[in-house]
This record gives sequence, C-alpha cells and structure tokens, in this order.
Amino acid sequence: MGQAVNIHRLHFAFTITFHYIFPQLTMGLALLLVYLKTKALRTGDEHYNYAARFWARIFGINFALGVVTGIPMEFQFGTNWAAFSKTAGGVIGQTLAMEGVFSFFLESSFLGLFLFGEKRLGRIGHWAAGFLVFLGSWLSGYFIVATDAWMQHPTGYRITANGAIELSSFWSLLLNKWALWQYAHTMLGAVQTGCFVMAGVGAFYLLTKRNEIYGRTFVRAGVLVGSIAAILQLFPTGDMQGRLVAYNQQPTLAAMEGLFESQAGAPLAILGQPDVEKRKLDNPLEVPNMLSFLTYRQWRANIKGLSDFPQAEWPDQIPLLYYAYHVMVGLGTIFIGVMVLAALLLWRGKLYDARWVHWLLMLCVPLPYIANTAGWMTAELGRQPWLIYGLMRTSSGISPRVGAGNAWFTLIGFMGMYTILGILWLFLVYREIELGPDPGHRPSGEDAIVLAAD
Amino acid sequence: MGTIWFWLVAIMIAIYVLLDGFDLGAGAIHLCVAKTDEERRQVLASIGPVWDGNEVWLIAAGGTLYFAFPALYASAFSGFYLPLMMVLWLLILRGASIEFRNHIKSAVWDPLWDFLFCASSLLLAVFFGAALGNVVRGVPLDASGYFFEPLWTNFLLGDDTGILDWYTVLVGGLALLALVMHGGIWVRLKTAGAVGERACRLASKTWWAVAALTALVTAVTFQIQPQVKENFMTWPAGFVFPVLAVAGLAGVRWFMTHRNEFRTFLASCAYLAGMLTSVVFGLYPMVLPARNPVYSLTVATAKAGDYGLKIGLAWWIIGITLAAGYFTYVYRSFAGKVAVDKHSHGYSD
Repeated sequence: MGQAVNIHRLHFAFTITFHYIFPQLTMGLALLLVYLKTKALRTGDEHYNYAARFWARIFGINFALGVVTGIPMEFQFGTNWAAFSKTAGGVIGQTLAMEGVFSFFLESSFLGLFLFGEKRLGRIGHWAAGFLVFLGSWLSGYFIVATDAWMQHPTGYRITANGAIELSSFWSLLLNKWALWQYAHTMLGAVQTGCFVMAGVGAFYLLTKRNEIYGRTFVRAGVLVGSIAAILQLFPTGDMQGRLVAYNQQPTLAAMEGLFESQAGAPLAILGQPDVEKRKLDNPLEVPNMLSFLTYRQWRANIKGLSDFPQAEWPDQIPLLYYAYHVMVGLGTIFIGVMVLAALLLWRGKLYDARWVHWLLMLCVPLPYIANTAGWMTAELGRQPWLIYGLMRTSSGISPRVGAGNAWFTLIGFMGMYTILGILWLFLVYREIELGPDPGHRPSGEDAIVLAAD
Repeated sequence: MGTIWFWLVAIMIAIYVLLDGFDLGAGAIHLCVAKTDEERRQVLASIGPVWDGNEVWLIAAGGTLYFAFPALYASAFSGFYLPLMMVLWLLILRGASIEFRNHIKSAVWDPLWDFLFCASSLLLAVFFGAALGNVVRGVPLDASGYFFEPLWTNFLLGDDTGILDWYTVLVGGLALLALVMHGGIWVRLKTAGAVGERACRLASKTWWAVAALTALVTAVTFQIQPQVKENFMTWPAGFVFPVLAVAGLAGVRWFMTHRNEFRTFLASCAYLAGMLTSVVFGLYPMVLPARNPVYSLTVATAKAGDYGLKIGLAWWIIGITLAAGYFTYVYRSFAGKVAVDKHSHGYSD
C-alpha cells in the first residue's frame, strides 16, 4: 500500500468515481429534458415547460459539480501519470483536446442560454438550446470513452524510435470498434440513471400526494425511456462488450468470472467468492455451460482459465474485479425487471395507482449509480496490470518525481473537499425536490433568483 | 508544425486569461465593490452566464497542450504538482461558490459563499501569475526531462528554488493587480449604480500600481531570463508585442478618463494579450526553460508526432471556428448592463 503507484491509482480511482456521479445524471437528464421540451412544443401543454424548468435547475447543480470535479481529471494525466502522458499523449491527447474544443464549448455556451434565456430565445429557440446541450454532453461522453477504449484496445498507433507512442491513423482511433460498443453501453447506463432519478422523484411525489400531475409525467417519462434503455443495456451492448473482452482480454474474462481452470463447457457463476490463493471459487452457484455459450455461442466451447496465463498477466485485484462485474450484471438484471414491470402496468393503465411500484421506483434511485460505478470498475480493474493494454504497464506510467507523500497529501485534500461537496449536493438537490416544479409552491421571486445563480 | 502549435496554444492561453481574467478579477473585488445582497447579485449576474464557458478555455488549452506537446504536459504538470492541485481546489471552491450562493437566501449562507468566491478568485490570480513566473525563470529540469519543486525554499533564486521565490511572488502580485483592474473594468461595463462606480474607482487606482509593477517586472525579467533579450535582438519585429501591451495600458487610462467603458475593456484586453505574447515570444523556442539551459524543453523536443499535429490542425480550425461562433452569440445575447432586483434574473427580456 505504501508504494507510490498504489496511491496514484487510488487518487485517480477516487476522483473519477466521485466525478462520474455527476455526468451520468447530466447525460441521462439531457436526453429526458429534450423529451420534455419536445412534449411541451408539440402539445402546447405548459406543465411540460414547468417540468423542464424543474429538471433544468437540478441539471444546473449537477452540471456545475461535474465541471469542477472534471477539471482535476484532465490535470491528473499530467500531474500523477506523467510517464504515461509523455509516452501516449500524442494519441490520447487528440481525443481529450477534441472533447474540450468540440463538446465543452458547445455545452457550456448553450447551457447558459438554456438556463438564462428562456424568454429571450422563444419556444423553438429554447428547445434548440436544450438540444445542443444534449448534443454537447453526449459528444463529450464519446471522446472520453474513445480515450478509455484506446487504452483498453489500442489501435491506429505506431511506436517511435525513442519509445513514444504516436498516432498513425486518426480514424481508427476515433472509430475504434471497442469505443463504439463501449460508448453505447456507457450512455445507456447514463440514461438509466436519468430515468431512475426522474421516475423515482415522480414516485416520491405520487406517494406523498404532492405535485401529482408532475409525478405522473416524471414516472411515465422515466419508465418509457428507462425500460428501453434497460433492455438495450444487456443486449446487444452488454453482450457485445463482454465478447470484446472475451476475445481481446482473455485473462480479464477469466478473472471477472472467477474461472481459474480452463474447461470446455464453462459455467456462468451467479454467486461465489473467489479464493485466489487456492485458485478456486468458494460456494459456487453456477449455470452449467452458460459462459461458453455466451462467449462463443457454443455450449461446449473451451474457455481459458486464469491458470493458463502467467501470473504476471493477471489483473491484480481479482476479487474486487469479480464482485464489481457481478454487482453490475446483477443490478442490470434487476433494472430490466423493475422497468419492464412498470412499463407493463403503464400500458395497462394501472401504474399511477400501484403504490408498491412507486415504492420500488423510489428506492431504486441509488442503484444505477452503483451499477455504473461497478461497470467502470470492471473495465478499469479488468485492464490491469496494463495501463495501455499490451503496451504499457500501470506501474511504469506514474510521475517519476511525485512521491507517495505528496500523492497522499492531495488525495486526502480531495477526500475532504469532495465529502463537503457531496453533502451540499444532496442538500441542494433535495431542497429543489421539496420545492417542486409547481411555480405556485415556490417562494415568491425564488425561481428568478435561482435562475440568476445557474 | 511545432511552431504553429506553439503559437496556437499560446493564443488559447491568452484567450483564457482575457476571458476568465475578468471573472476572476470580478471575484477578487467582489467583497470590496459590492456591499449589499443586491449589489453582490449584480456582480454575480455580470459573470453568471459566461464564467463557465470562459473556464472551458482552460480545459481546451490544457487539452491542446497535452496533445501537441505531451512531453511538456508530463514534465510541467508533475513538476508543478502541489501548486496545480491547489489551483484545482481553488477552482472547485470558486465554481461551487458561484453556483450555490443564490440557491438559499440566509444570513449564514450568502456571506460564506461571497467570502469563498472572493478569496478563491484572489488566490487563483496570484497562483496563475506565480506559475507564469516559474516558467519564465526556469525550473530545475535534469536529463530525465522531469523535475519536482517544493512550494518554497528560501525565496531566493538559487539552484534549489521553490515555486515561490521573490521573483515569482512579484509576478503573482502583478497578475493579481492586472486582473483586479481587468475585473473592475468589466464590472463597470456590465453594472449600473454604486457597484459600477466603486469598480471604476478601484480600477482607476489600481492602474498606477499595475503600471509601476509592469515596469519593474519587465526590467527584472530581462536580467533573469537571458533568452528574452536575445529573441528581441534577433527578431526586432517582436517588439510589436510589448508595444501592444504599453498601448493597451495607456489606452485604459485614456478611455477611462473619457468614460468609454467598452473601449476601456478592450484596451485592458490588449494590455493582457500584449504582456502574455511578449513573454511567449521571449521564450521561443523553449517551452519550459531549465535552470541549466542544456536541459530546457523546446518545441522540437516536446512536440508530438507530425501526423497527429497535421490532423489536429484540421479539426482544431473547425472546432475553434464553431466555438468563436457560440461565444459571439452568447455574449451578444447577454449584451448590456445587468439589472438585478428580486423578480428578475439579471437580464431584461
């Protein structure tokens, strides 16, 4: 634990995990805001506009926290991972710079207009501003995922005489097959967070019998979009993502599944605790042959276990990787159940009276955050011991002159600061939910003051 | 190709300083020019819709620096580890203050965020100045291309110098004063009433200090970094940059006396741009001077592969043209003075 590389890893892991709480909601909500604004435009029903303003206020708080916790991410490539940046900056710098130039300018410019300029822009102009915010935030997601995808599955590069990695094909960096699938999978995860939050707040209003007209709109929007997203999350995107790992990162697949010995007809572990010392899975609850089928579409296909690979190529945190993966898949399955059930009730016209489903939706709100975090942990722990898969080890990527003492100092600083930010965020968002979307319930002038702050 | 990117990154950093400079400056004078809640909301409303977009120039400039000069990004960011982390914390505090302040009206809520907004803006201005001072003075790079500087040692310009020494503190002071002036001019431009009056008086007084310190820092810089003198001797055309700075500074005084708020702001922009480009011109072809000149990072040693830089030029031109379009549109949409009262959000509709 005392080694500098571990502190640098923890530093990045902590700051990125906290950061990603915010963009997953803003990216998901951006889509739902476009949905609400479109509804308002097409039906002329003013309550959709109040609904959109309510979510725009929550969006604004989230967006600001996403921005301020996002800047440290870009900086850390240089501050904590200097050797990595020096070697690979010519490649991943492309996507990171493009994110700034193409998406952040778009997003921040039109968010200002979206939050401050509703009257000035007119109905269609305001819809367009909302759409451009959505476009900017989704573009930004693509550039980041493309960066990570390159580290998972490097393409379009060449290694120079002095050992640096240079770009050799722009389009194979940008249209990396891994990036396309990972993007689809990541964005669906963000959409699910947005949908569960919106449906959960709606369910809260229905349960407390306040703002009921809005409660119904929120539950309906969340369930309609969320049920589609939940299914697409598993198939085809989750399936394809899993197969990309299986074909290109074989030790990772084995570690995710807790498969130590190679076998034909490998089972899919539902539960069980990996014992790395004894190289076996304790208390396994398994579906026979399933892993072979999912990977190669053949029941008896051979899957390589960890023992077939030198230990130096194993991910270094096998139990954590195994659990992260299982939590992600388990929660994803629950989301399909909840969302499809709610969608069926909505279709039968019974959803707005089914109080137990409202409870279920409300209590599910934290779960997509956990699932998204577990998903990223699966991707990043699974890539270990590589920083760039097959090209650069994580241990050789850190800043050679930044010692563990300095890294601890700033890690503790971030922990303190983010704890306070997290509390403030919960407090302010809860306050917005309490005040609600109905303009009649807000203290006089409050609406205007909040708009001036955003 | 490397030289083109050297100038493009420099221009992006300059734009960042001009834009975020006025909202940092507005923050630094926040407590001083705005006394009541309404006045403070005026200051916040004057930067409200734009500060976030201004800060994006820092991210975009950082990203561009990263992709064009990876070795510089790696070396400078890890070497300036501690001050950069503090800059991050200050940026977080500042963003949170602007965002959170107006959500709740309470005697314990607003003053806290007002104070944090002011303090973080002020410190950021000093830090950015000190960072620039470090780059000009040179850092203890060795053959590995890396260095690490403590925050301070003995405040002298020796071999084991820290981030803060008397020279970098001096540059930090100049940066603060210049941004206080710049911010004051912005607030004057965007607000009416007592706030605008106070901001104007403050900017006017600060001008003298800025002028004096500019002369002092310039004189000292020629002693500390010999490359600067050499470059101006070799390419006398470069004198256009310091001339721009001096003209800008004189323009601030002139337009201020003639009460032309918009031109005063433009002149202040010219001053900042002239100062920054003079420094950048003076350092070329170095991107990070070392205390021992043998180890200095230069455009040639720090740049990325030529293929990537060429491709980058194509998308950069498209992206920045689009961004310039958005910025023009946003600034035009929010043109004019802010007028805050309890029932408006700062801009007449």
